[in-house]
Amino acid sequence: MIVLGIESSCDETGLAVYDTERGLLADVLHSQVALHGEYGGVVPELASRDHVRYLLPLTEQVLTKAGITKSELDGVAYTAGPGLMGALMVGACTGRAMAMALGIPAVAVHHMEGHLLAPMLEEAVPEFPFVALLVSGGHTLLAEVKGIGQYELLGESLDDAAGEAFDKTAKMLGLGYPGGPILARLAEQGEAGAYRFPRPMCDRPGLDFSFSGLKTFSLNTWQKETEQGNKNEQTQANICRAFEDAVVDTLVIKSRRAIQQVGAKTLVIAGGVGANLSLRKSLNTMMQKEGGQLFYPRIEFCTDNGAMIAYAGALRLLGGETEPLAINVRARWPMSELDAVVN
Amino acid sequence: MKILAIDTATEACSAALYIDGVITEQYQLAPREHTKLILKMIEALLDQSDIELLALDALAFGCGPGSFTGVRIATGVIQGLAFASDLPVLPVSTLAAIAQQAYDDHQHQYVLSAIDARMEEMYWACYHLGDNGLMKLAGEEKVSSAQKVKLAVDLSTSWSGAGSAWESYSEQLNAVLGIQVKAIYPDYLPHASSIVKLAVDDFQQGKAVEASQALPIYLRNDVAKKKASQ
Ligand SMILES: Nc1ncnc2c1ncn2[C@@H]1O[C@H](COP(=O)(O)OP(=O)(O)O)[C@@H](O)[C@H]1O
Repeated sequence: MIVLGIESSCDETGLAVYDTERGLLADVLHSQVALHGEYGGVVPELASRDHVRYLLPLTEQVLTKAGITKSELDGVAYTAGPGLMGALMVGACTGRAMAMALGIPAVAVHHMEGHLLAPMLEEAVPEFPFVALLVSGGHTLLAEVKGIGQYELLGESLDDAAGEAFDKTAKMLGLGYPGGPILARLAEQGEAGAYRFPRPMCDRPGLDFSFSGLKTFSLNTWQKETEQGNKNEQTQANICRAFEDAVVDTLVIKSRRAIQQVGAKTLVIAGGVGANLSLRKSLNTMMQKEGGQLFYPRIEFCTDNGAMIAYAGALRLLGGETEPLAINVRARWPMSELDAVVN
Repeated sequence: MKILAIDTATEACSAALYIDGVITEQYQLAPREHTKLILKMIEALLDQSDIELLALDALAFGCGPGSFTGVRIATGVIQGLAFASDLPVLPVSTLAAIAQQAYDDHQHQYVLSAIDARMEEMYWACYHLGDNGLMKLAGEEKVSSAQKVKLAVDLSTSWSGAGSAWESYSEQLNAVLGIQVKAIYPDYLPHASSIVKLAVDDFQQGKAVEASQALPIYLRNDVAKKKASQ
């Protein structure tokens, strides 16, 4: 089965073609980072307008790259939520209508399920059951994954998502947009142990997270140093390092607790913050000590992309799921509402 | 000739099929229900006429102005259909569709078509009768307050008004125009049947574009403030 995947839930237009026999055939991406950079954050209306301009040209491109014609497609998958309503609508309207005209089924994909399954696009595929650490701009959660669509929430962020905390902290330090990757790069030049930031919620049992305090802690440190005449790049780098270490440590501690709690040997990391190399390294070390294994997607499939949508959609289509002749999108969509796929 | 048109730019949702001079239409007032309805309307029209999408000559859609999301629903659907079936597309103005309806229903030859754009503004344009009973744009389509509306042709001709802005801003419009408007139809919303009619002529004039060029006309483009000007 050959499936076209469409991702347009936020500020990236992603298209991909996945073949259940041959694997991923092609994927292309248009990022709107430059467009929104001028505004210091994603402007939903501009995001929607940009998706409309790029969706078909990218579709043509991805089909050419995959070496197939549109008549060879067996299904169309698109992100139907959660995300920005107007942006989701573009991919869903185009994708649903395309499937109608091609006479093939369409399937609505949950964006976070896409992220969660992205590691399965790699050669070494994690086996169920596993624990997933999903860390993106909008979500931070730990879940036990027993199968496709069988997600048991173990813990989640009570305030800012990890990616959001990265972005907000970067903004407060004046690092530009999008802050996460910039902060991570600067942290590499930071001195380890220059500051000691708290590891929020680690001193008590449970698997929930809270990251908003770290951002305040970073700001206070920056202000104090500024007052003392230490407003320079090294100070900035040191704060970035302390912040990153605190986030990474916290994620590692909670992930270890999660795999011990459910007795899993496999940890899967997905979502934009999964691109963070320090996090990957620390989780890897932890899993080795635990006698288990860590799986993660290639860097470009950590952030939003069409490949994960094509993949998740293909699995759901194989499971017999299809959309009715209507366009349904949901800005909010709890993962617990997903149905299990039984093949 | 066979053309299918849709419109979802306002609280109305409609689809129309033109087959060799005969138009059939599905129309419903359906605020926020467009995404649930539009594909079923298309399917029903094609089924009724027992015709396949691939047997059509072109597709048309109300390309705006109107609600941003509404305009993008029609755009997305048409882009998807046209891409999949390799059909050319005719983007048709929603203001033109409203003016055309005023002529078709009441033979008004000069129509100031205006849609409420909120934020104390309206999308508007002047249309007058051209060849073959079709309304033609005089001047430009604009977004502005009622105070900035100007008629395109001399005031001695008698004008009519149509569209939702005539409900919201009728007093301001009458004051600004300084003439007696012949008739007002504030409840007029774009219909796919008017769009398909205009599209037939556009198609004959070679105005069709390919799917990826079927894009919305928003008119209002200052939707966000840049960092420097915040
Ligand atoms: N190297 C990195 N280190 C830390 N955070 C990162 C890194 N790369 C990306 N991010 C963060 O990942 C988030 C984007 O991830 P994504 O999965 O696209 O999120 P969402 O879909 O929720 O918007 C942003 O918050 C970004 O700052």
